[in-house]
Order: sequence, then C-alpha cells, then structure tokens
Amino acid sequence: MTLLATPAEKAELMQAATKGRSLWDDARARLVRNKAAMASLFILSFLVLVAIFGPLLWPHPYDKIFTEHAGDGPMLQGGHIFGFDVQGRDLVARTIYGLRISLAVGIVATLVSLIIGVAWGATAGYLGGRVDQFMMRIVDVLYALPFIFFVILMMVVFGRNIILIFVAIGAVEWLTMARIVRGQTISLRRKEFVEAAEAIGAPTARIVGRHIVPNVLGPVVVYVTLTIPAVILAESFLSFLGLGVQEPLTSLGNLIQNGAKEMEIMWWMLVFPAVTMMVTLFCFNFIGDGLRDAIDPKDR
Amino acid sequence: MLTYILRRLRVAIPTMVVIIAVAFFMMRAAPGSPFDSERAVSPEIREAILAYYGMNKPLWVQFLDYWKGLLTFDLGPSLLYKDQTVSEILGSGFPVSMTLGISALILAISIGVPLGLLAALNQNSSGDYSVMALAMVGICIPTFVTGPLLALLFGVQLGWLPVAGLDRGDMTLDTMLLPVITLALPQVAIISRLVRASTIEVLRSNFVRTARAKGLPEFQVLTRHTLRAALLPLVSYLGPACAGLITGSVIIETVFQLPGIGRNFVTSALQRDYPVVMGAVVLYASLIILFNLLADIALGLLDPKVKYE
Repeated sequence: MTLLATPAEKAELMQAATKGRSLWDDARARLVRNKAAMASLFILSFLVLVAIFGPLLWPHPYDKIFTEHAGDGPMLQGGHIFGFDVQGRDLVARTIYGLRISLAVGIVATLVSLIIGVAWGATAGYLGGRVDQFMMRIVDVLYALPFIFFVILMMVVFGRNIILIFVAIGAVEWLTMARIVRGQTISLRRKEFVEAAEAIGAPTARIVGRHIVPNVLGPVVVYVTLTIPAVILAESFLSFLGLGVQEPLTSLGNLIQNGAKEMEIMWWMLVFPAVTMMVTLFCFNFIGDGLRDAIDPKDR
Repeated sequence: MLTYILRRLRVAIPTMVVIIAVAFFMMRAAPGSPFDSERAVSPEIREAILAYYGMNKPLWVQFLDYWKGLLTFDLGPSLLYKDQTVSEILGSGFPVSMTLGISALILAISIGVPLGLLAALNQNSSGDYSVMALAMVGICIPTFVTGPLLALLFGVQLGWLPVAGLDRGDMTLDTMLLPVITLALPQVAIISRLVRASTIEVLRSNFVRTARAKGLPEFQVLTRHTLRAALLPLVSYLGPACAGLITGSVIIETVFQLPGIGRNFVTSALQRDYPVVMGAVVLYASLIILFNLLADIALGLLDPKVKYE
C-alpha cells in the first residue's frame, strides 16, 4: 500500500470534498442577486468615501465665507454647484461636512447600542431565570419611556455636546438590540455545541463570547443596518429643533433646518442637503432589507 | 383576563414612576436655575423667590410635593408666564395636538391598511413594487422635509392652503390638512409595510389553505380568515404608532406654527421653564403608556394565541 497523498494534500482533498455552501455563502449569493441592495451598497460606498476624503479634496473649506456671494444660487464658476448659504459659505463643502457628521453620529451611536445591546441580551438570555427576568424587566420599563424627550431634556440640561448626542442616541437604541439578541440566545442555549462547551468546562464568559455571540450575528447585522438610518433621523430631528451639533459645525439635519427657513427664495439650501440625506437613508434601508431577505428568507 | 391586565399594569406603573423620577431629578441636576437672571438679585429676594416655589426645601421633600401635586392634577405654576399654571398652558395646547394626532392616525390606518393588502394580494407584481417603493420614500423622508415642501407647493406656489398658523380654537379643515397629511405620511408607510408582511405570512398558513380547500369563496377566505389574523400585528403596533405620532407632532407643530403641546414643550425646554417641560413629559409619557396598555389589552382580546395566565 502506498499513500498517494501527503498529509497536506489529504487535508486539501478532504476540504474540497466537504466544502459545502455555508449559511453565509448562501446569504451572500442572495444579496448579490438583489439589485436594489447592490446599487445601494455601491452608492453608499461612494457617499462614505466622499464623507471621509471630500473635505480634503474639495477646494473650499466648510466654514470659509465668501461675502460677495452670500445667498447666491448654484454656479459653475469656481465649482459652487450647490450654491451658497445665507452667510456665503459654499454649500457643497457644507453638505459634505454635514454628511460626514451625520454618518459619524449614525455609526458611532449604533456601535454604542450594539455593544450594550449584545452584551445585555446575550447575558440575560444565557443566564436565564431570575437574572433574565430582572434584566428584561428593566428593558421593558425603559422601552416605554418616551426617549426622544429625555434626549431633548439632556441636550437642554447638560448643554449641546456632540459626544453627548452619540451617547444619548446610542443609549436609546440598544433596547431592541437586547431583545433580539436575548431571543436568539435562548434558542441557541439548548444547542448541542453549547452543551458540549459546557461539558468540557468552558467558563460562562467564554461560552457567551465564543459560541453565542458569533451565532446571533445574522439578525444583529440586519438590525444594525436599519438602526444607522434611524439614528441619522434622530440626530437630524434634534438638529431641526436647534439642539444638535453647533455652528460652524453642521449636520444634514442642521442644513435642512436652515434650508427650510429660506426655501421660498433660496431653494438650493433645502434641496441639496435634503436629497443627500434621503439618498443616504434610502441606501441604508435597502441594504438592511436586502440583508434581511438574504439572511432570513422566510418572507419571500 | 383580569390577571393579564394586572400583569400589564405591573409594568406600566413602575415605568410611570421611573419617568417622573428621572425627569424630576434631571431638571434639578441642571446647572443654573431659571432664576439666574441677568440682573443681580439680592440674596433676600432670591430666598423669597425660592421659598415661593418651594425650592428651598430638601430635594426629596420637593419630590414628594411634586407627587402630591400630581395626584391632585396640580402641575405647579409656570416659571415664565407668571399668571398661568402648567395645567392651563398644557390644557390650551391639548385640543390642537389631540385633533392633529387622532386625525393623522385615522388617515394613516385608512390609507395604510388597503395599500398593504393590495400589495400583499398582488405580491411581486408591479403594483406591489410601487406601493413598497412609496412606503420606502415615506420612511426615508423626514417630516421636517415633507412639511416645508408641502407648504411650499400647496401654500406658496398654488396658494390653496395656508402655510402655517392657527387661530386658537379655530381648527378649520384647511389649516389642519397639511399638518395632518405630513404627520400621517411616515405612519402610512410603516403600516402598509406591516400589513403587507403579515398578510403574506397569513395567506401561506394552514388555516387559510384549509378554508380554501373546503371550497369557501375567495372573498370569504380573505375577509373572515385572512384579514382577522393579518391585522393583529397592526393592533400591537398601535402603541408605538401613537408614540411616533406624538414625537412627530413636536416637529409638525414647530414647522406649521401650531399652538399645540409639542411646540410648548420645545419652547419651554429652550427657555428652561422646567415645570412646563416636566408637565409635558409626564403627559406624553402617560399617554404613550396608556396607549401601549390599551393595545396590549386589545391584542389579548383579539388574539387567541396570547395567553393570560
């Protein structure tokens, strides 16, 4: 008997033989077929790149005032294609900057909610019993709070601070995340691989971190992509009431608020930021819906 | 059934207490007080003012006093408008906000439900896609964009409807139409998506197949079997919908300059008229909790799958 294959080759053969399509491969294939989601992904990547590098590349800074152009409409000369605001600042630069702040708020606040929500939900779901009841009761109570009012109160009481906006909105959005993760965890807890990990004596923290959390990722990813637009909307809501980021910094909500004030004469101040914001929200929502269909194809 | 309601109350009451406590202590923790005016006030006068509003007592006594007031529906005096109590201020805004909210809810349901059904019954048709695309537009465009745009189109360009403003106690159709439509739009979108998803799910369920198999006319299958089950998620969504309408009304009242509670809340929050802000938060919170409770109870009555034990 001669061995035809070295151990390395054998491993390769084994792998080729057993290489099935994983859940994630399936999901990716379904997502790629979803035209709306792929187009959104493309546009959104472009917007993110613009938000990151735009301020470096665009010739006009967001806070530079062109006194002679105050209130002028879009013009090709000098590249002021979105026009100027009332003070004479270039609207392209301000829209890019606003997009940057809005995206940053959306992503950071969602991260905050992701971390709190996943930790809370996974712990409650895994430990179960009294601890679970107590933790979820807290979530129930917080859920019923009209949070946007507390965010407004916080802005008024503690002053307008961009860090506070991140934290406040993130603290609002973690509740749903905690519920989703808990539900998933409860069903995972009885699976064999968790039992096996328990049998070999793995500590609780390791089981939650290594086995539970990676497996709840699917629904969490979907919820994250749908939370980011919700957060961007919440921030713009605050900005619209005059409680968001402060001048000369700006966010899309801020620009829209200023635009709404001047819309009867200076329509460009409303239209360009509003369209930018809508496109961004569209993209996130389409990607979120696409991901949901891809990961959980029940509704198709 | 009674124990089910009691169990719901067991969540609702602590929630209310937490809300009031958090709002109260946050107000008191705020740096600076509404009495820090530009003019220097002598310490005696300051003392007298604080004593008048009961603010010289220990914090927990003030907290208990606030509760005593609440139980007798006394929300205290406004710090800014010396001749008005908080109850009077909120009371004058309430009819406006209430009319706005209820009309928007009715409009949202009466448009959203048929749209969702239409989309579900013609799933993956062009009609379905256009309804869902419209719904996506409704979800993605914030009300503070649709509001000004509608006002610009119908108010300024076409001149059909007034752009903003409302005489107190004079809520005519033409002044309320644009605000109500603006407020209802996102809810129309959410409700139609919700109804579509649940109808599609119900249409595939076993009991609908049974009903068809035993030869019921399609109309009866839809009205008696499908619709009843498909509208249950809508019932449980009514609680959050009310919360959404209330939050939305803050924006709408600011955009259209309506003298409702939402605008009161924002202006008094910006001017640090704490008792009015407190009052508005308490009112909003109790409304949201009440509607959640009602939605839960309604769901318990309608949905045979909800257990009351």
